[in-house]
Amino acid sequence: MDDPITQSPTNDPPALEAVGICKRFDTVVANQDVNLRIGKGQIHALLGENGAGKSTLVNILFGLYRADEGEVRVNGRPVRMNSPHDAIDHHIGMVHQHFQLVPVLTVAENIVLGHEPTRGRGLLDLDRAATEVSELGKRFGLEVDPRATVEDLPVGMQQRVEILRALYRKADILILDEPTAVLTPQETDHLLEVLRGLAAEGVAIVFITHKLREVLAVADRVTVMRGGRVVGTTTPAETDQAGLAEMMVGRSVVLRVAKTEARPEAGVLEIRDLHVRDVRDRPAVDGLSLVVRSGEIFGIAGVDGNGQRELVEAMTGLRMSDSGSILLDGSDITGRTPRQISQLGVAHIPEDREKHGLIGPHSIADNLVLNRYFRAPYARRGLRQLDAIDNEAERLVADYDIRTESIGATARSLSGGNKQKVITARELSHGARLLVASQPTRGIDVGSIEFVHQQIVGQRDIGVAVLLISAELDEILSLSDRIGVIFKGRLVAIADAGDLDRATIGRLMGAGADAA
Amino acid sequence: MNLLRAALVPILAVVLAIAVGAIIIEVSGLNAFEAYKALYDGALADRKGIGRTLEKATPLVMGGLAVAFAFKAGLFNIGGQGQLVIGALFAGAVGYGVTGLPWIIHMPLALLVGAIGGGLWGMLAGVLKATRGAHEVITTIMLNFVALNITDWLTSKVWREPGIIVRTPAIEPSAEIPRWSQLPTGFALAVAAAFACWYLLERTTFGFEIRSVGLNPEAARYAGISVSRIVILTMAISGMLAAFGGAIETQGVVGRYEPGFNAGLGFNGITIALLARTHPVGVIPAALLIGAMEAGSSMMQFKADVDPEITQIIEALMLLFVATPILVRWVLRRRETSDISVGAHWGDA
Amino acid sequence: MSTLTRYRWWFVTAAFLVAFTLFTAEFQQPQTTAVLAATLRQSTPLVLGALCGILCERSGVINIGIEGQMLMSAFAGFVVASSTGDLLLGVAAGIGCGMLMGAFLAFLSVSLRGDQIIAGTVLNIAAIGLTSFFFQQGRSLPSGKTSIIKIGPLADLPVVGRVLFSNRPLTYLTMLLVPVLWYTLFRTTWGLRTRAVGEHPSAAETVGVSVVRIRYLNLILGGGLAGMGGAYLSLEAVGSFERMMTNGKGFVALAVMIFGRWNPVGAWGAALLFGYANAVQTQFQFRGWLADDPQFIGMMPFIVTIVVVAGFVGRARPPASIGQPYSRE
Repeated sequence: MDDPITQSPTNDPPALEAVGICKRFDTVVANQDVNLRIGKGQIHALLGENGAGKSTLVNILFGLYRADEGEVRVNGRPVRMNSPHDAIDHHIGMVHQHFQLVPVLTVAENIVLGHEPTRGRGLLDLDRAATEVSELGKRFGLEVDPRATVEDLPVGMQQRVEILRALYRKADILILDEPTAVLTPQETDHLLEVLRGLAAEGVAIVFITHKLREVLAVADRVTVMRGGRVVGTTTPAETDQAGLAEMMVGRSVVLRVAKTEARPEAGVLEIRDLHVRDVRDRPAVDGLSLVVRSGEIFGIAGVDGNGQRELVEAMTGLRMSDSGSILLDGSDITGRTPRQISQLGVAHIPEDREKHGLIGPHSIADNLVLNRYFRAPYARRGLRQLDAIDNEAERLVADYDIRTESIGATARSLSGGNKQKVITARELSHGARLLVASQPTRGIDVGSIEFVHQQIVGQRDIGVAVLLISAELDEILSLSDRIGVIFKGRLVAIADAGDLDRATIGRLMGAGADAA
Repeated sequence: MNLLRAALVPILAVVLAIAVGAIIIEVSGLNAFEAYKALYDGALADRKGIGRTLEKATPLVMGGLAVAFAFKAGLFNIGGQGQLVIGALFAGAVGYGVTGLPWIIHMPLALLVGAIGGGLWGMLAGVLKATRGAHEVITTIMLNFVALNITDWLTSKVWREPGIIVRTPAIEPSAEIPRWSQLPTGFALAVAAAFACWYLLERTTFGFEIRSVGLNPEAARYAGISVSRIVILTMAISGMLAAFGGAIETQGVVGRYEPGFNAGLGFNGITIALLARTHPVGVIPAALLIGAMEAGSSMMQFKADVDPEITQIIEALMLLFVATPILVRWVLRRRETSDISVGAHWGDA
Repeated sequence: MSTLTRYRWWFVTAAFLVAFTLFTAEFQQPQTTAVLAATLRQSTPLVLGALCGILCERSGVINIGIEGQMLMSAFAGFVVASSTGDLLLGVAAGIGCGMLMGAFLAFLSVSLRGDQIIAGTVLNIAAIGLTSFFFQQGRSLPSGKTSIIKIGPLADLPVVGRVLFSNRPLTYLTMLLVPVLWYTLFRTTWGLRTRAVGEHPSAAETVGVSVVRIRYLNLILGGGLAGMGGAYLSLEAVGSFERMMTNGKGFVALAVMIFGRWNPVGAWGAALLFGYANAVQTQFQFRGWLADDPQFIGMMPFIVTIVVVAGFVGRARPPASIGQPYSRE
């Protein structure tokens, strides 16, 4: 594997190197003999499906996990990585996929945490912190108000705080874990520019993603991982999207979902001037109206945190709305309980499957009937009919290809993709009128993504109205018949899928109607 | 095999606690073997001892059930003591205040009123949690103190027996739970309650909802289960269980209500529920064990001069060993830390 | 918002209570002084318990075992003071005992990652069992309880002198600890790290702050404060040990902490309110109110606690991570 290209041009030792890394969690092998070298001033993309072992690898490089075998070298010297503290000492910085920021603290407090400027004897000097943060932001094109509270900032800004935090610690090796997942296309472009600038100053960058386009746009080198192993290392010049996709999945992948022309009929869901508040009592959905017709997929594109969650919760009865109405087949369901709404034929694939979609310690069978355990034939006079539940579970496990040893196993023992199949099976197998699918493929493997997409299109084809909410613009573009762009709690554009291009949607996502 | 595996940790905890208890007795300069021998003699050697053990174990089964049942919904009911005294007092009040009824009606009526009283008391904590987000650990403890004051007041002012002693009058014979050749039949009622709880939790949709809320309240809410309703009803049932124990004690053992009634039960309920690993039927052997220790402790003091408070220390040690995951991990060699979690939703609104 | 407007309800409440005290005492100076002095005395163990709770919960660990820590420390302090005759040693023993129990709680909930509420309950039950078993009637303090220290001429001021400048040592120390802890929590690196760990432990860990270390530190220091509260009860308030002498104060302290919004100064205000509720009992007796039904006075602090915990008087967000054992992998 010691090909000459791996060496940086000046023949310096690589800035960061992983040698023979192995890591197991119980029985799952997350990393198996992984080798990786990143040269100074290089942007090195780490590409792979969910579950390919990328996150495990970088968590080891950053000292959050300890490798079972293998070593990490910085500038050619083996180093001990027992905690993030060690990584920071070696000037390694990390931007996490799930931001590691304390929401109630200010930007400056978050950035200096752990390396605080003091006036001696442990007394904080927050003024100095704020000044330093401002200067740092200006220098790298990452301006952000140091005295703002982090939870009040939009996600794009929070990401800047994460990057600044690494730079504040004088990182010359920067690891970014799926940094573009939460950004609009325009914000992504800006981020890639910042990264190029950093690389030009000599920072070594590890850039984790599963988006092929970004890899080809920004990376100097690409390492592809699959099933915990490195499949190969290449450069953008030597390959293209199809080639990378095949390396990633191990077979050739159809990048588009096959579907026929939609034949929409009457409106099933109608939302009129809906207003909903979020957990912190701020307006989240702010005068939103839409119609979803039977036999069509209506996709809502938008950056996370623009009211999508509150919209879904209001529609499914999980959150009270302030005003406006939600009509299902013409009758008002505003203020109904989640149970009533589900009984009226609303299926819901929730955004957070571990937390909201499944009861992990319950059996797979119990989870498969979680929306109908209380009625015949699964229960009679308040008594559970275990045979009927088991029969239904066996049927669904077979029909939806859920890979498990037994329907009695706990739901939490399943892989992410199979968990999503359990939810999909449960929600789609009882004759829904409306399907609300929120981030239905977040964090699952390509095979399961294809399966879930087919199921959603299949529902559309039998006349179900589908409302698809996704932060993945590619998913919206490939599945939707009509698209609405949500910004600050309202739809700033609604159009047929063919009438909106990627760039326009991106601009609308980032700045609302003013931008278009 | 599964049963053995499940019982392994509690058994180890008990053995360890008894061993440490022996060390404490020896360190105090007394003979541990003699002490435990006396404990056994007092609790299990003859029919009288066994009767005493069953008598002590009855409210313990109910107290343990109250905690275990609430655990299933992810709730920690520390208010067993308050619910118990209310059940005991109400049963006592109906037991002496209502006259002229046949046994077949009066006895169950007093039990029922006692249970409902404690149920409402437990429900109060459930309502505060469901509507105001007040954590049940604090509210149930506070409600214990309030219940003790209220029952004291009712006993001394409203339902007081004429005379110097502050207590209620003796209950009518028609309200008594009879003995069967020295053995208290109230214990059979407690055993029946334990099996009823198990059936309710495992076989009914209501029980499924309770367990779902306990394991993942958010997902339960998404599945259309009203978490507030479950929290309120579970606390009500939990309170009823504890109060039922108090009512049996009044009607089957004491024969009236007196202040200071069965102090300290609430904490035993926790130990028992955890020894049973929150299984309703497992509560029975756990309660019998603690009941035997209490029943034999006076014999232990008499014969071996060991302060009966030692049983409290042994019980605390049992709780420590059974509640801390170190044992679980060591025995089962599992990564899982604990099957019980009540702390995670502290302060949720 | 200026300090004045932000805390206006505290000022209004305080003014109301002082007026009420003056009224019930019929404007007699001795009675007024007595109520206010009793308020301060009654609040002291609650402040210490609440400060313990704040340190623990700000770092993300629920401490339901404050009651047990206080009881055990009251006992340890009393035993040491009565056998050595040295009150200072007794107080030190109380604080040390509290710290040990804090370390044990940290071991159970941080190292073993057990359920925090159950770990705290273990402390409570163990404290009841151990103190009941080892307690012997008839011990006493050879030197009596801690004595009153008058602060020079200030102690001679009317009302204020008796209330504020004529107290026993642990009461002074507690009043001093409130601003000190406020300052450390909000103005030092240790405070910033504590709050970060309590809100988002993995975020703190990724910037090199050790969650385990911070939590151990806070739980041990907090235990010391609860221990001081226990020593206050046996060595300063009562002058002997009694079974179950904490009588729920450790739990009331948690309500004080919540009412004070996890802020030392707020908790001090809340504790004064609870202390006042206790002190006013004496006033009720002085006026002859409810003399026949003492139970209703006895249950007041517990009912107030329920009302506070149920948030009928405003609520704040607790630290986000409390109750969840932290594990890196």
